[in-house]
Amino acid sequence: MIAIIDYDAGNLTSVQRAVSFLGKACVVTRDVGTLLEADRIIFPGVGAAGSAMESLVRYGIDRILRDAFGMGKPILGICLGSQIILDASEENDTACLGILPGIVKAFPGDMIGPDGRRLKVPHMGWNRLLCTGGHPILEGLDPMDEFYFVHGYYPQPKETAHIFCRTDYGIDFPSVIGCRNLVATQFHPEKSGRPGLRILSNFFQWNP
Amino acid sequence: MLSKRIIPCLDVREGKTTKGIKFKGNVDIGDPVEMARMYYEAGADEIVFYDITASSDKRDIMIDVVRKVAETIFIPFSVGGGIRTVEDMRRVLLAGAEKVSVNSAAVLHPEIIAQGAEAFGSQCIVLGMDVKKVEPSEAIPSGYEIVINGGRKPMGLDALAWAKQAEALGAGEICLNSIDADGTKEGYELTLTALISKAVSIPVIASGGAGTPEHLRDVLTVGHADAALIASMVHYGTYTIGEIKQYLTESGVPVRRTW
Repeated sequence: MIAIIDYDAGNLTSVQRAVSFLGKACVVTRDVGTLLEADRIIFPGVGAAGSAMESLVRYGIDRILRDAFGMGKPILGICLGSQIILDASEENDTACLGILPGIVKAFPGDMIGPDGRRLKVPHMGWNRLLCTGGHPILEGLDPMDEFYFVHGYYPQPKETAHIFCRTDYGIDFPSVIGCRNLVATQFHPEKSGRPGLRILSNFFQWNP
Repeated sequence: MLSKRIIPCLDVREGKTTKGIKFKGNVDIGDPVEMARMYYEAGADEIVFYDITASSDKRDIMIDVVRKVAETIFIPFSVGGGIRTVEDMRRVLLAGAEKVSVNSAAVLHPEIIAQGAEAFGSQCIVLGMDVKKVEPSEAIPSGYEIVINGGRKPMGLDALAWAKQAEALGAGEICLNSIDADGTKEGYELTLTALISKAVSIPVIASGGAGTPEHLRDVLTVGHADAALIASMVHYGTYTIGEIKQYLTESGVPVRRTW
């Protein structure tokens, strides 16, 4: 059973639908027992870091996530879930989960695009991955494949070894990060067509 | 580098897709769920649905369509048409749409943009603008006026001022439709698109007038649009999305090339 964490952070049904489409049983839950029993955990989320952390603490999910990480359970963070696994976020100066050393940074406001105009923030739309280190969830992808992003902040792990891919948007920001049994994508695999679904099915097979 | 998005637009009336020519004389051309799946597999980067169902008691049909679409395609899609309240937005988003688009209701009650952005986040809220070229005047200094009710009612509101106001209220994106160009297949309204695109810092989807891949190249370069809406040029099989993207790639416009 795959557990998708429900903590009032945006529309979780699209993740659930993609997992079901791939033929996997899943449950959207914040129940501590269910999360600890699950074989794998997906930690999605859209919205602001501050209110997301408040909800995680209120439901006791912050501790569960740390425990699940310590137990070696495969965890996939998505979007906001790739950010609040770090120590802190520049968004509302929020203290985060601290599972992975690093901080969440805002895109600089003065990035210039290829046409000489200021780049828009949030970074929204399709973009590629520049893979710097192999990871089982990236298996079978084409270097030309693109993924759907919607975000104004990005994760910046402290250790280079925790960065598996970067993406070019004014700067080369980390877009796939992780450590041991935790892996996280800044983009939305559930909204990224065939290559996104491939990442999800790779995650289901992954035995860290 | 961020790719420019190519977005097929499906007008849906009582659960069937149609394509209007200048908003008149709609004809049924298919099943929206089937068409969405077809475009998803053909390389669409996103899909836009406009619910043009006239009677409110038949609007639940659209929620069913949204639910079915969300089960079969895994790219973002938005739904517009008849969205008047935050509750309307919630139903569409819960049924599986990534974004909702508001048009007439936002002109009449701009606070719906702020309420939607507060409830669901700016990235969910698209402002649809129907715009008509007029003589510049004191009320309409840009020479582009906002019209509502499917292009029938001029509002005395300047399109440029409205775009900036909507951005300030929390709109995450603008879908900019030229009533003059819509259905003509003679090209997008480039002056209007560049004007709005340069004035706001949220993405602008150009709409109305696409007939050839050259039209998309123009609006994505000189028009400074972030995305281009297409309808009849793909609905009737004149071009495939693959052919359009091939042309754009050869013209140096960055687009997503694998799917």
